[in-house]
Amino acid sequence: MANDDISLTVEPGEIHALLGENGAGKSTLMNVLYGLLQPDEGEILVDDKPVQIRGPRDAIAAGIGMVHQHFMLVPVFTVAENVMLGAEQTSGGPIGFLDRRRARKLVREVSDRYRLAVDPDRTVEDLAVGVQQRVEIVKALTREVDLLILDEPTAVLTPQETEDLLEIMRTLKAAGKSIVFITHKLKEVQAIADRITVIRRGRTVGTAPPDTSEEELASLMVGRSVLLRVDKGAAEPGAPVLEVAGLAVNDDRGHRAVDGVDLTVRAGEVLGIAGVQGNGQTELIEAIMGLRPLVAGDATLGGRPMQGLSTREILRAGVGYVPEDRSVDGLVKDFTVAENLVLDIYNTEPYGTRWVVRPEAIADSARARIEQFDVRTDAAGQAAVGTLSGGNQQKVIVAREFSRPLKLFIAAQPTRGVDVGSIEFIHRQIVHERGEGTAVLLVSSELDEVLALADRVAVMYRGRVIAEVSPDTPREEIGLLMAGVTTDGTAKDGTHDD
Amino acid sequence: MTEQTTATAEDLAAAGADQLPPPKTFAGRYLATLWTANTFTVTVLAVLLALVIGGILIAISDEAVRATFSYFFSRPSDFFSLSWDKVSDAYAQLFKGSIVDPAAVQAAVNGTGPWERVFFPISETLTYAAPLALTGLAFAVAFRGGLFNIGVQGQAIMGAVGAAIAGFLLPLPVGIHLVVALVFGAAFGGMYGFVPGFLKARTGAHEVITTIMLNYVALFFLGWLIVQKGIQDPARSDAISKPVDDSAQLTHLLGFLGPSLRVNLGIVVAILVVAAIAWMLRRSTFGFELRAVGLNPEASRTAGIGVGSTYVLVMTVAGALAGLGGATIVMGTAVSLTGAVIGSVGFDGLLVGLLGRAKPWGVLFAALLFGALQAGGNRMQSFSGISLELVGVIQALIVIFVAAPALVKTVFRLRPAKVSGLGTGMSKGW
Amino acid sequence: MTASTVEAAQAVVEPVRYWTRQRKVGVGLAAVGIVAALLFGALATGRKAEFTLAETISGSAVGINGTVGAIVFGAIAALAGAAMLVTARRWFGWLLGLGIVAALISFLCWQLSQAPDNLNTIPLGSVARSSVTLALPLILGALAGVLCERSAVINVAIEGQFLMGAFAAAMFATLAGSVWVGILAAGVGGLIIGLLLAVLAIRFLVDQVVLGVVLNVFALGLTGFLYEQLMAKDQSKYNQPTFVPEWDIPGLSKIPLIGPALFKGNIFLYGAIVLVILIHVGLFYTRWGLRTRAVGEHPAAADTLGVKVLALRYRNVLVGGLVAGFGGAYFTLLSTTNFNKNMTSGLGFVALAALIFGRWSPIGATLAALFFGFCSALAFSLGSINSPIPSQFLNMLPYIATIVAVAGLVGRVRAPAADGTPYIKG
Repeated sequence: MANDDISLTVEPGEIHALLGENGAGKSTLMNVLYGLLQPDEGEILVDDKPVQIRGPRDAIAAGIGMVHQHFMLVPVFTVAENVMLGAEQTSGGPIGFLDRRRARKLVREVSDRYRLAVDPDRTVEDLAVGVQQRVEIVKALTREVDLLILDEPTAVLTPQETEDLLEIMRTLKAAGKSIVFITHKLKEVQAIADRITVIRRGRTVGTAPPDTSEEELASLMVGRSVLLRVDKGAAEPGAPVLEVAGLAVNDDRGHRAVDGVDLTVRAGEVLGIAGVQGNGQTELIEAIMGLRPLVAGDATLGGRPMQGLSTREILRAGVGYVPEDRSVDGLVKDFTVAENLVLDIYNTEPYGTRWVVRPEAIADSARARIEQFDVRTDAAGQAAVGTLSGGNQQKVIVAREFSRPLKLFIAAQPTRGVDVGSIEFIHRQIVHERGEGTAVLLVSSELDEVLALADRVAVMYRGRVIAEVSPDTPREEIGLLMAGVTTDGTAKDGTHDD
Repeated sequence: MTEQTTATAEDLAAAGADQLPPPKTFAGRYLATLWTANTFTVTVLAVLLALVIGGILIAISDEAVRATFSYFFSRPSDFFSLSWDKVSDAYAQLFKGSIVDPAAVQAAVNGTGPWERVFFPISETLTYAAPLALTGLAFAVAFRGGLFNIGVQGQAIMGAVGAAIAGFLLPLPVGIHLVVALVFGAAFGGMYGFVPGFLKARTGAHEVITTIMLNYVALFFLGWLIVQKGIQDPARSDAISKPVDDSAQLTHLLGFLGPSLRVNLGIVVAILVVAAIAWMLRRSTFGFELRAVGLNPEASRTAGIGVGSTYVLVMTVAGALAGLGGATIVMGTAVSLTGAVIGSVGFDGLLVGLLGRAKPWGVLFAALLFGALQAGGNRMQSFSGISLELVGVIQALIVIFVAAPALVKTVFRLRPAKVSGLGTGMSKGW
Repeated sequence: MTASTVEAAQAVVEPVRYWTRQRKVGVGLAAVGIVAALLFGALATGRKAEFTLAETISGSAVGINGTVGAIVFGAIAALAGAAMLVTARRWFGWLLGLGIVAALISFLCWQLSQAPDNLNTIPLGSVARSSVTLALPLILGALAGVLCERSAVINVAIEGQFLMGAFAAAMFATLAGSVWVGILAAGVGGLIIGLLLAVLAIRFLVDQVVLGVVLNVFALGLTGFLYEQLMAKDQSKYNQPTFVPEWDIPGLSKIPLIGPALFKGNIFLYGAIVLVILIHVGLFYTRWGLRTRAVGEHPAAADTLGVKVLALRYRNVLVGGLVAGFGGAYFTLLSTTNFNKNMTSGLGFVALAALIFGRWSPIGATLAALFFGFCSALAFSLGSINSPIPSQFLNMLPYIATIVAVAGLVGRVRAPAADGTPYIKG
């Protein structure tokens, strides 16, 4: 059960924040409000009158609009087409010829009225994420909704874009619209909300005014106060292990994602890469791992060029890799835990040879790993890995990567969607590996995680490392860097002369 | 852009909640288990359902039965008794033609009939099952590797061509000739399977599209080949090749009982290959790679497995299996190449592979079932006057029901259970 | 402290690749042209190759010395290919078209010049007409595919829909003594397979490629069974329909070349033209089309805007069944006048190929179907001039062309993003 006995009241012209951890049931609640899911019990009242919301059409009719976390835009359509879909301006009666001119006019009107700066003729797939989000808002506003639900709207935005969004929300509020603002970010809530409802494990745990302190909100949200702190000594950096120079990489659509990155990671240190998701971190890592072709530049591992090496050769040269999306890139979900633990070495002794694999040897090694890494599953690891919890799945990947002698360990979002206990365990493992003299490259969109683990922090913005700072740098300064704002004088290498 | 199928753990728990509490007694539990939608139950019910629909077709397509329609409401018993006679006779012939004819056993025991007639049905079933098992495997192996091989037909055609050419062009001694011809069949099929695998690995061309196209290319190639000098039978004016030499024909296993028992070494080859593929999937390095790539190509790539080269190898192996299937036909029963030498054994292989849920031994059983339907269908056609085409309808229906377990579940109101499906992530889009 | 925002100008400039796809194609075309000029030129005899616009080989014709023609037109193709190296992207389509046509004429010059004396004429009018006629079922089948796949249901069962349509048309046209009843019944025949496809794919989530393959076997078995049980026993009662009438459009049908091809037609020709226009306009200029494309690209987006995703899919798949069934009637009411087992012999798959080759667009699919029809028509024509080129190789052309297209050698083909993915709410 994702929602259990939740009550929520939103007043007209109010910005109501819905605060809760990942998986607390916020999105489920909103999907019920928008008619995408049906409640088993309870009712929805609009203007004090009960309404039946059987689908999005009913929700829109009741004056409820929603901006989904994953945008609901057809990439190959223009902005105007996306906005008109479902409520098309037509001529020709029952045939329904599209009246694109009227649709464009409407988009311009709404865009101007609320200062959204959206061009109706652009194709959506060519727009930046922040603009796509504004298209979603236009879509809702053209349907004349009174209540707008924004589901984790800032997750994909830079601090600057977030500021713009908050400004838009204030404009909407001034125009009399109500807004439900779903988030797990405390600062944004304090900045804009009129009232805050906190959800934990599918239940409302309290409603608070916006001046509630951060600590209080946090403990309401997670139940107990958790401070992300990792015990670690000072780093003793050795020789450079990974050196990246002038690296340029394209994304899947052929657009430049990494645009001239220089990095050095030394033995025995953690280099953290901070940045809002989608600024080239994923492509950078994939290029280093040989999973994505380089456009320009080169990378060397212990002085040896990596270009032209296959992923297998890179792994076998002593690189461990935790990919950011474990269910897509990290694990074969229908394989057993034991099989997943040898996914990279199944054809080497003692697990197998060029021709055969030895299930017995694989199971034996699985037993040891499962115990060592505290994976909660059957002892021999014969269960399909997809049946394990997220934290245990992640431990399987970490166990696999740490079972080879490593020179370099690359971890992308190593604790995303993982329970607190597993987070601590994985962090300890990473620090331990650093102590063994391994070079660690950590990518995380959780700034706290980067600051807790890294010895040096590189900030990525639009495909470039725009600054390299110490983890003691004030959060605000790093936040500005993540938004692409450099402060003259303190910016180190990475800014190009153009 | 496919985030539509994100079921949460909560959803799954909720789905499990409608299960009834388990019955107390052992027998009750046993029956309850049997009546859940498990793989076995669904398969049996699928066959049953298909036979029922087949029976309806038999009844309504019969002239005499249709005559009772005109007075159905005054005397419905005529309709039902006549339909029953017709359908039960047809299915009795189906059984006698595929497994055993009790009358023939009686006669043989009494000494009034030959043992040949007792073994004839089973011999026919095994004869049809052998190439089906091989083409079924050709589909199944690719399927396990994440590829949808609709090109089994074309690969089997090329295999038949390869085996036939080796069979009548190469002057080789007994024994060796047989092996060489089989190897040629596998090699021709393998090369033909290599093409879509290579295109997929290098250019991302979807194998469903390329293999469909290659089927027809193979068919036209065969049509051209069999009228060429040196290939065409010089004694014939129609499109038929020379016959395969005796030394390259698969030995009849029960030939000593009578010449009509066609069952040949093909079935032995098929069983050996099934065992080999079962071993390959479980214990070989290539099998590990194949299964990993089939279940999650991205994770396999990230773990350093060469996804492209695995695809190429998978399709080559699948093609070789299909080629063997074609070879056993031309070396076992057909002897000469004609335009329709392999019939539809490639397309039927898809159904066999699906029915066997892409597992080697499952494929063998599915091939035996389809072989039996084919063999029995022949007898049904000659004894009951029911067209053999009905078998195709029944086979297609079985696979539809197996592929749609939800449908069978709805029809029979089965309790939910884990049913081994046909594997997801397949052929999602082009 | 002054703050500055990092600009987004690219720092690393990708080395400009000279060998773009267009240039590679250009080299290929130039090579084909050179081979044509040399090979066909060498093989051709000095006798005349004649081309006439009429439907028969009599009448006025344009003649050219075979060797000269083969060399000249081969050279033109080579020049078109060379021009692509210079112009790169511009005029790509026109140059490619010119090159292919020139290479083809070069080939025909060789073929005609070696034909027996009174056969060295190719009646282009007849080739055009039979190209269009042979393309008709492909167009209709591909349109059925467009309707299904634009709303994200893969339709591999076009072959089965053809068979059911062909069977129903023959049977009911004979029983009722009217081809119009037959055409209606054909639609229903296709609709039955469409209904099975829709329910099993949309409601029961069966893998759509598996489903299409199995439905083809089902339709093949069912029509074969009913043929044996009914038609084979009494042909005159069940299986003797008449041809559909020919409707000439006065005046227009007299235009050389395109007159006989486009204006001496029948219900199938005019029906196909109307349907192509209807579906093209519908898909890109109406509410229905916008919603259909949205459902094919991103059904969740359409759903959140109140579009009934599943209902729209059902409707489109069913209409697709009707169209393919109508295409099936072609086989028993126009190309022959009786039903036979497996008489569509894989043309449903060619229609599928046309759909893909035409990149899921009605106009593109039609052009692809016409190209495939032309390949078959050419195979016939060459057969009638005793060509040494085996007809089987010409018949392979559509299939090989499709493989080349999906392998990306002639530009990437992109299916609707959600094609083949069932939609599950939530």
